[in-house]
Amino acid sequence: MDRREFLRLSGIGVGALAVPVFGRPRTLYGATTPIPSADKKILADAALNAARAKGASYADVRIGRYLNQFVVTREDKVQNLVNTESYGAGVRVIADGTWGFSAASHVDKDSIARAAERAVAIAKANAKIQSDPVQLAPTKGVGEVSWRTPIEKNPFEVPISEKVDLLLDVNAAAIEAGASFVNSIFFQVNEQKYFASTDGSYIDQDVHRFWPTFSVTVVDPESGKFRSRDALSSPVGLGWEYVNASPDGKVLGMVNPATGQPRITTRYGSRYDMKEDAIFAAQQARESLGAKSVEPGKYDLVLDPSHLWLTIHESVGHPLELDRVLGYEANYAGTSFATLDKWESKKFNYGSDKVNLVADKTQPGSLGAVAFDDEGVACKEWDLVKDGVLVNYQAIRDQAHILGEKESHGCCYADSWSSVQFQRMPNVSLRPGKQELSVEEMIKDVEKGIFIVGDGSFSIDQQRYNFQFGGQVFYEIKDGEVTGMLRDVAYQSNTQEFWNSCVAICDKRDYRLGGSYFDGKGQPGQISAVSHGSSTTRFNGINVINTERKL
Amino acid sequence: MTILSQEEAKAILDKVLGYSKAEGCEANLEGSTTGNIRYARNTVSTAGIVTDLELVVQSNFGKKMATATINEFDDASLEKVVRRSEELAKLAPENEEFVPVLGPQEYLDSQGYFESTANIDPAFRAQVAAASIGPCREKKLVAAGYLEDTAGFEAMANSKGLFAYYPSTGVDFSVTVRTEDGTGSGYVTRDYNDAAQFDSARDSAIAIDKAVKSREARAIEPGKYTVVLEPAASIGLIRNMMFNFDRRRADEGRSFLAKEGGGNKLGEKMFDERVTLYSDPTVAEIPVAPFANDGQRRERVTWIEKGVVKNMYCERFWAQKNEIPSVPFPANGVMEGGDSSLDDLVAGTKRGVLVTRTWYIRTVDPQTLLYTGLTRDGTFFIEDGKIAFPIKNMRFNESPVIMLNNIEALAKPERMNGTLVPPMKIRDFTFSSLSDAV
Repeated sequence: MDRREFLRLSGIGVGALAVPVFGRPRTLYGATTPIPSADKKILADAALNAARAKGASYADVRIGRYLNQFVVTREDKVQNLVNTESYGAGVRVIADGTWGFSAASHVDKDSIARAAERAVAIAKANAKIQSDPVQLAPTKGVGEVSWRTPIEKNPFEVPISEKVDLLLDVNAAAIEAGASFVNSIFFQVNEQKYFASTDGSYIDQDVHRFWPTFSVTVVDPESGKFRSRDALSSPVGLGWEYVNASPDGKVLGMVNPATGQPRITTRYGSRYDMKEDAIFAAQQARESLGAKSVEPGKYDLVLDPSHLWLTIHESVGHPLELDRVLGYEANYAGTSFATLDKWESKKFNYGSDKVNLVADKTQPGSLGAVAFDDEGVACKEWDLVKDGVLVNYQAIRDQAHILGEKESHGCCYADSWSSVQFQRMPNVSLRPGKQELSVEEMIKDVEKGIFIVGDGSFSIDQQRYNFQFGGQVFYEIKDGEVTGMLRDVAYQSNTQEFWNSCVAICDKRDYRLGGSYFDGKGQPGQISAVSHGSSTTRFNGINVINTERKL
Repeated sequence: MTILSQEEAKAILDKVLGYSKAEGCEANLEGSTTGNIRYARNTVSTAGIVTDLELVVQSNFGKKMATATINEFDDASLEKVVRRSEELAKLAPENEEFVPVLGPQEYLDSQGYFESTANIDPAFRAQVAAASIGPCREKKLVAAGYLEDTAGFEAMANSKGLFAYYPSTGVDFSVTVRTEDGTGSGYVTRDYNDAAQFDSARDSAIAIDKAVKSREARAIEPGKYTVVLEPAASIGLIRNMMFNFDRRRADEGRSFLAKEGGGNKLGEKMFDERVTLYSDPTVAEIPVAPFANDGQRRERVTWIEKGVVKNMYCERFWAQKNEIPSVPFPANGVMEGGDSSLDDLVAGTKRGVLVTRTWYIRTVDPQTLLYTGLTRDGTFFIEDGKIAFPIKNMRFNESPVIMLNNIEALAKPERMNGTLVPPMKIRDFTFSSLSDAV
């Protein structure tokens, strides 16, 4: 298989974006132990001192080692094994009230000091056309600290043979259950990031992320029809333990006593049973070939967290990025309908009074959780929408003053030592319902509805009003009962109308995280990993279209 | 130094291969210097230069294969990356689909490197931004734009003696111009290999004009409309369709090119007879490397001829298994058109919609290539051959296969995202809902 081709995960249906190879890849296979903090402090001080010597009023440096591993299989074959490593340092400064940035792929005292000096030169050159000096919200220096994602087992330390065996076993189970084709992959990420700043912080963080996933396709040769069903796993801020299936980590499907089959498939929380999900995927892809094609019209939608995460991401996470609201992303993904006047009114009903949307970079097991962001700000949680009303945005150190706030929210990130840190979406989640409400109880109350599991197609306009979403598995609800599977479903709505149609949210027992490795923003583009938590949620009267066409 | 000459690249690759103890070894070396400038709110927001040099090494022992990468080029590092790929290969199970590396190939000549682009400096970039921002400030408009220029090379060599080298340059420019009150928005995007063809002021004027003319947009009923698609509006759908021209997936029965009852749709007329679509690395307006990154030779391949499916790209393993020629994935594309202009298409339209750009296109159904997306930055109603008024943006759900069966007219092709695409007039294009987005 073509070395570059395998990186295009869109080929295995797991998302529309390609896997990037970060910056300048470099291997140290097996050598996953982070470089000692003391060594990095010496290098960091060289950068900070060099910056100050040239006249910087502020400087920060990130010495980053980014490790990825991919294990890629299809059916009974291992298509590729890849280890990548990228190591370097990025220095950011303020001089003459203006930002400057430069990065070095050689990490020694000399090179890093020269990068710092280049950053100052760039800042001073840009200062000549600068009309708006940087206003940096203060942040406390924390001295020397370290943090590691609280994983139980580092996937990089699991033998290749064990990973290969698991994936091939998953594939075989899918084929036996009726899949025509299956692709499965492990995608492991380790960011070893050392941050230091002239505020007096020396922060060493060892961040881990893991994503086991697959796509199953069933082909019916006679009709020429084919269907795919992707894994219901999420990328997570967990280690290898994520694939140690356990009953506590999943939500069992509702079973039809007559057939023993799930009427609603099993969904996964803190632990993922990849083999079981692959078997269900094969069965469901096959079943969907013969399922009823949805009658278009208005339905009450019951959305599982494995689906709703993406709707939250597109219709809440992005519109509330402050730089987007101000116009900094106008030339790429656009601006936002959630303009400052709506926030200032304190009366803008983003959603119904049941809707509470919260931002954070602290939830355990999430992709966004770290102790400090990429400008040394301690991470926290804050409300974006409270009781339906828009109350805040996502802002970093040089934006906080725009909101009249004294400190950054702590959501600054760069995807590589060679890229400059900027405001990125933190985890954004829908708080679970305060009253007890189970999924079964929610369904019993729905007369004409559709239960949607998993994320599918996703599209939203450049101000985040009009969106259309698909899914992986769809079930029809009639008079409080799940009656069977549907196909060809997509729903289309407008963000404010949609969130104001939220009538019920299951309680915290159902709360689960979904997320993505590939949130894209900026020119040149950067990616960021982000999670979104929710419980199963009901939205009334949403427009559903039928996506079947004849060529 | 990240842009290496052919001799310098070969020297590194020969050294890498010299360290190899595997049965087969292949190495790819890519380097580039990319400069950029971004602006928003009528001021420069970020500017930078990224230099990159990376080496990817693939080793195999029989059918056991793995890959490792590095970005340091001292001897110890070169040896290390070779050993790493060998260690990992030994741990890999046999991959029965592994195909041994190719022997030496002869490649076509393609000219993609231009000094004009390689010489771009920060002053040039600042001037590009100024040429956009200046007029916008004067007209009380707000510019947000981006320029990226690259000079680089790709090279490869393997243990059977294959060697290839290709230098290239590229310029990508886009600007979104909005009115101060946010009620109008216009966009332009251009890409070139040769920066001498690029004129920021000339191009920005197009976005400025659309921004001004898109104010006070009226809503029209969603439904099927005749549309005139500028290249930036059709390119996403055309390229997405080309990503689905894979022979193996068609043979496996899981593509729109699969046939009911088995087999694929080669030889079938699936599109209007005016549709001819091909790739060719040597096309002067859109040159690309004449080799794929496994060393396969790229040459002219016609995908669709007069509406008939002529070829699909096919990976080497599948080709060998089925005793058919392998066809590498294309790096550029040409869709043929006519001699008329975009203005001619508008003039010939009694009632329709002019679409500047489409956005956020995602697959809804791979069976029929149904995509959804939205119009953006300059959408206008055409009446009796003239632009009558601006209209609100709309979401569409449409398939390029259906679209290319509903052709009314094709104008002269223009470069867009490394592809030559004609402005096109299409009937019965499906707009499914309105958007309030400007």
